[in-house]
Amino acid sequence: MPDVAVLQARDLTLTYHQRCVVDGLSVRIPEGMVTMIVGANACGKSTLLRGLSRLLKPAGGTVTLDGKDIHSRPARELARTLGLLPQHPSAPDGITVRDLVGRGRYPHQGFFRSWSDKDDAAVQRALEATGTAGLAGRDVDELSGGQRQRAWIAMALAQETDVLLLDEPTTYLDLAHQVEVLDLVTDLNRKRGTTVAIVLHDLNLAARYADHVIAMKDGAVAALGSPEDVVTEDLVREVFGLESRVIPDPVSGTPLILPIGRHHATANELELVS
Amino acid sequence: MSCAALSDMAAKTGPKGPKVMEQRGGRGRLNRTAVLAAAVVILFLASVLLGSYTVTVPDFFTIVGNHLTGGPKIPGASFIVMENKLPRAVVGTLIGIAFGLAGALFQTMLRNPLASPDVIGISSGASAAAVVAIVVFGASGAAVSGAALVGALAVAVLIYAISRGAGRTGRGSAAGNRLVLAGVGTAAALQAVVSFLMTRADIRTAADALVWLNGSLNSANWDRAGILFLALAALVPATGLIAGPLRVLELGDDAAAGLGVRVNTARLALVVTAVSLAAVATAAAGPVSFVAFLAGPIGRRFTRKASLPASAMVGALIVLAADYFAANLAPLLLGGTVLPVGVVTGALGAPFLLWLLVTANRKDA
Repeated sequence: MPDVAVLQARDLTLTYHQRCVVDGLSVRIPEGMVTMIVGANACGKSTLLRGLSRLLKPAGGTVTLDGKDIHSRPARELARTLGLLPQHPSAPDGITVRDLVGRGRYPHQGFFRSWSDKDDAAVQRALEATGTAGLAGRDVDELSGGQRQRAWIAMALAQETDVLLLDEPTTYLDLAHQVEVLDLVTDLNRKRGTTVAIVLHDLNLAARYADHVIAMKDGAVAALGSPEDVVTEDLVREVFGLESRVIPDPVSGTPLILPIGRHHATANELELVS
Repeated sequence: MSCAALSDMAAKTGPKGPKVMEQRGGRGRLNRTAVLAAAVVILFLASVLLGSYTVTVPDFFTIVGNHLTGGPKIPGASFIVMENKLPRAVVGTLIGIAFGLAGALFQTMLRNPLASPDVIGISSGASAAAVVAIVVFGASGAAVSGAALVGALAVAVLIYAISRGAGRTGRGSAAGNRLVLAGVGTAAALQAVVSFLMTRADIRTAADALVWLNGSLNSANWDRAGILFLALAALVPATGLIAGPLRVLELGDDAAAGLGVRVNTARLALVVTAVSLAAVATAAAGPVSFVAFLAGPIGRRFTRKASLPASAMVGALIVLAADYFAANLAPLLLGGTVLPVGVVTGALGAPFLLWLLVTANRKDA
């Protein structure tokens, strides 16, 4: 994988309304891998993603892409290397899938470079990669939730960036569509070598699809590394405040978390955790 | 309901015709925009040639040709065409384009069909300033236009500041909705100012103010057309430049930022351009109501796509058609009363809104 971009945060401090959400965090998104950022609600994982993608200006520290500060680079130039799919994107009324995907080419156009065959080719590739070519002429608001999310991913793909950040891309999707989206993103990583970082709620799916896991707690990194190293019973207790058993996933061999609540556990398990 | 229902409505009412459009807008849209442009030309000629004083096509060319070359004038006809009908049609077309673009820019940027300058207080700002100028300072002519321009810009700054100050939590359309709310509130306050001044004013001054408030092309002249033309010569290319970022900004602030748009800068440029368009048009002819509000949705229905050129053409069509009706047909129906153009567009606006709601509900059912 030649010259893949490296995204790195150093001493990053991010604030919302003067409230510190991420404090002095240093992290590197490993190039050419699928990184999953996990953690409890309000642990700062979405904020971190916003900071990494220049949606939020850091109160302190830096975010660099290939060694250059992302805030000192022209916005459009950065958008040719670093793509972002925000949480709950919403398409304007009456826009077709092809039109939506075409807008992903914006950073590649300029005042004097208008739409070209290269853009057409990129859109077609993105449509085919996401299986939305057959939907190209449909209105985005006519699509099912899963189809719509694929259309948005196609938009981000048409941007043809080396790094792609996704903020909870599976929210509101049923299990089949969640798996479909994660398979798609993995294809992208394996076939094009795209560096992918995803904020994901579902710890089990995160453990299965990640090459690298960053677990966050209270705006700091609690643990990072391979899913096998990071996703343990101790970590789940520390980060989520939840007792659990972690067993090898019979399907993938990756860690599978079995949460233990106050009900529906055998007496033996309840005994062990208390 | 209102906001949500309206935006839902805008989504549902677009004719779901055959989906043959290609990338880059496609041939279908281009042709339909061309149809709109042709309709504007036809209506423009009709409003100059026909009506209470009819001019034949050869005469028209003779009049204009002789006017330009300094040739002999046709008694009566030359004066009516050159000093009344032609400037009136030119001003009508130009303010229609300006209102149409201003409305479509706001509606697209804020993703809300209610967010046109006449709803969010820009026109009210112009009206209040003009009425203050007329009633308090006894101004007339260019001074009133100048006051209207300043009033529109001042209100834009005010509602922008209110909507930004109201909270920095906003992402995506939340910021837009705050702008609409701030604008509606400001409009209500300014309407109260206008009403107060009207009750205090001398009856003749009040009559002057009322004509202006209704929006009228009666005082259209070449000076006004020239100023408008110069303003549009700057603002239309500016609109062209921000149309690209606008297409991306439509996807929401976060997605737009991810695609390399500087969201705040782009939004400011859009607001300044759209407000300027609405302000120069209002300064020239008063707040011709509902043109900015109607042009975008009608253009979208006709071209099946959000399109700035189509909105501009529809804006011009509405003003020309309404003015033709107000000046030529209304007197036949109302025993000689010539209506200000704004009364006709205002009367068109409400039923159109209701019609949109009714057809939208039918599709839902």
